[in-house]
Amino acid sequence: MKLLIKGGRVIDPANKIDKTADVLIENDKIAAVEENIVADDAKVIDAAGKIVVPGLIDMHTHMREPGQESKEDFASGSRAAAAGGYTTIAAMPNTKPVVDNSILIKGLKQRAREDAVVNIEIIGALTKGQKGEELAEVGDMSQAGAVAFSDDGHYVQKANVLLNGLDYLKPFHKIIISHAEEPTLVEDGIMNEGKRSAMLGVKGRPAVSEDIAVMRDILLAEYADAPIHIAHISTRKAVDFVRQAKKRGVKVSAEVTPHNLTMTEDMVDLTDSATKVNPPLRTDEDLAAMIEGLIDGTIDNIVTDHAPHAEEEKDREFRYAPSGFPGLETALGVLLTDLYHTGKVDLPLIINKMTAAPAELFGLDKGTLSKNAVADITIIDTEEQWTVDEDKFYTRGTHSPFAGRKLKGKPVMTIINGRIIMQDGIIIE
Amino acid sequence: MENKSVSLRGKNILGLEYFSPDEIELVLQTAKEMKNIIHRDIKKVPALRGKAIVNLFYEPSTRTRSSFELAGKYLGADVINITASSSSIVKGESLRDTLLTVEDMGIDAIVMRHKAEGAAEYAAKVVKPVIVNAGDGAHAHPSQGLLNLFTIRQYKGGFKGLKCAIIGDVLHSRVARSDIWGMRKMGIEVHLAGPRTLMPRFLYEEEGIFIHDRIEEAIENADVINVLRIQLERQKSGLFPSTREYARIFGLNKKRLSLAKKDVLIMHPGPMNKGWEISPEVAYSSNSAIQEQVKNGVAVRMALLTLILTGGKNSEIID
Repeated sequence: MKLLIKGGRVIDPANKIDKTADVLIENDKIAAVEENIVADDAKVIDAAGKIVVPGLIDMHTHMREPGQESKEDFASGSRAAAAGGYTTIAAMPNTKPVVDNSILIKGLKQRAREDAVVNIEIIGALTKGQKGEELAEVGDMSQAGAVAFSDDGHYVQKANVLLNGLDYLKPFHKIIISHAEEPTLVEDGIMNEGKRSAMLGVKGRPAVSEDIAVMRDILLAEYADAPIHIAHISTRKAVDFVRQAKKRGVKVSAEVTPHNLTMTEDMVDLTDSATKVNPPLRTDEDLAAMIEGLIDGTIDNIVTDHAPHAEEEKDREFRYAPSGFPGLETALGVLLTDLYHTGKVDLPLIINKMTAAPAELFGLDKGTLSKNAVADITIIDTEEQWTVDEDKFYTRGTHSPFAGRKLKGKPVMTIINGRIIMQDGIIIE
Repeated sequence: MENKSVSLRGKNILGLEYFSPDEIELVLQTAKEMKNIIHRDIKKVPALRGKAIVNLFYEPSTRTRSSFELAGKYLGADVINITASSSSIVKGESLRDTLLTVEDMGIDAIVMRHKAEGAAEYAAKVVKPVIVNAGDGAHAHPSQGLLNLFTIRQYKGGFKGLKCAIIGDVLHSRVARSDIWGMRKMGIEVHLAGPRTLMPRFLYEEEGIFIHDRIEEAIENADVINVLRIQLERQKSGLFPSTREYARIFGLNKKRLSLAKKDVLIMHPGPMNKGWEISPEVAYSSNSAIQEQVKNGVAVRMALLTLILTGGKNSEIID
């Protein structure tokens, strides 16, 4: 089985390639990236005017499996991922039950192989039950294939517990992902603390809660000389702390979401919980800092924090609705529309943050179009105009803040292991 | 009516930020007519005959709920009360489903009190009956804001150039926010004071709004003082050290009152924490309009219900 992708602009940040070329796929591997490849026996895909990139990678999603499959499962979530141009995603462990042992890791990997149309990596919990008290069996989970560890959704409040995790995991070469948010400062908060929350009479989540947590975790990582990854960074000061720490050689990295790159607290609508998200939408100043951090390398990768919820959970009073919304199917379109087409961030940089950078950070054998690499490829039409329609989502989640928005640019084909999984927004079963 | 072109018919009463000065004026003028009805022997007019109103209260309330209930009944409407503790809400029925059920019963207006900010606005999106926000979290309490304005007008004759001090727990106060919107629209200068822990960190000073650390500064030469209720349950979370200290530093007493204008008007949304947030001698002084506020509350709510359900066109029926 051969596929020949003809005439696209190939952007392969891992190999510093950005040129018009053909990509030949043989079986499930990249066979060549060259100009004017001739392969008579190959199925030809015309990519003229399109962008050909390594399959997108999202290292922060919530698949709700096990336990809350009515919100999402590997079948629906992976199809949403493929529709969004993703070929690999990582599932966070704050499920019911919490993924804190190797049996669950192995079981979920098996389920992913059976039900999912994209590659799903499993992130294990750092502490038992994500309670922040005792380390979970992170060594055993590492050997069972956990890609990283996180108590996502919860800050590891006890500094000694996080320090133990950092020390213990060093020989296993796995990163801890920190949900950095000092919890006593955000109790009952439902949006960013600022001028808008003050006038709405709403309890806010102050930026300082994230700043403090990020600073502490950086200091612990520095002390342990071990890697820490800051999940969904959202404040100006936190970005500054990461920047300064990187300069002095701390093994710290950070990720940002499309919504914290493009939306602010001014867009919060108390009648529509679509904009309720944690960390919350911040200020213009924070947003500018996110973009600056992305460009100067302080922020390493872009993640969706895809967090689907059931319709009845989201369609209610803002205060009582859960945080989060589905992001896999809109991420690329939003980034292209608000960052690329506005000239704020160039295309190769965006692609790098969604392919090569996360692959390198988490030690994945993906995110590249190198010869013999697995043929995971996304083809993007940066000019196609479309309107976000929740009824066409593959995710079971609803209440996207981007619903109804006109976007410019979308993935038009997702190829996984050399097989076309998504074409023109439709999953090919 | 002063301005015939202004109409509130069908308008959801969600917050005073959505009111124009003309609309506020219309409510106050109408309330003046309504107040006469409360003084009659037979307090019943047919202005809202055939209209059905539900008081949907998710939080306990005595004065606001009964004030709206009486307002509806004095105007001849059919009024029912649904409280969270005695309805399907305790069985876990969602707000959305409760609203849809109420709507299906042919209700014309829903008066709603809810703990969650934005709940009334959400309700207005879900169902067709007119929504009256009777308090949503710490966000807004527009009918209270309007009755405060009505009371000020009654005692002061107007609004322009007045100085109003709002004292106490601004952070958790929907009354304070509605006052700020309403008073600024009518030209009253607003001075806020209270413990810094009870002041929103980002409530910035803009034109006509001033924040003070010492309540003496806010009170000085004030025409109006609105003392907010301190919610004792919040005190437990350490927002101020003790009621004793509060009384000493932030309580409104006779000595502090002497800093204000001699004819200063004292208001309080009730219920009062007498003895520490306001001294009894101040609460019951000749400057106090606290009891009058209760009466005015009924009149203002009668005006609101009439205006949103009939546009005020039935006002000729009243007399």
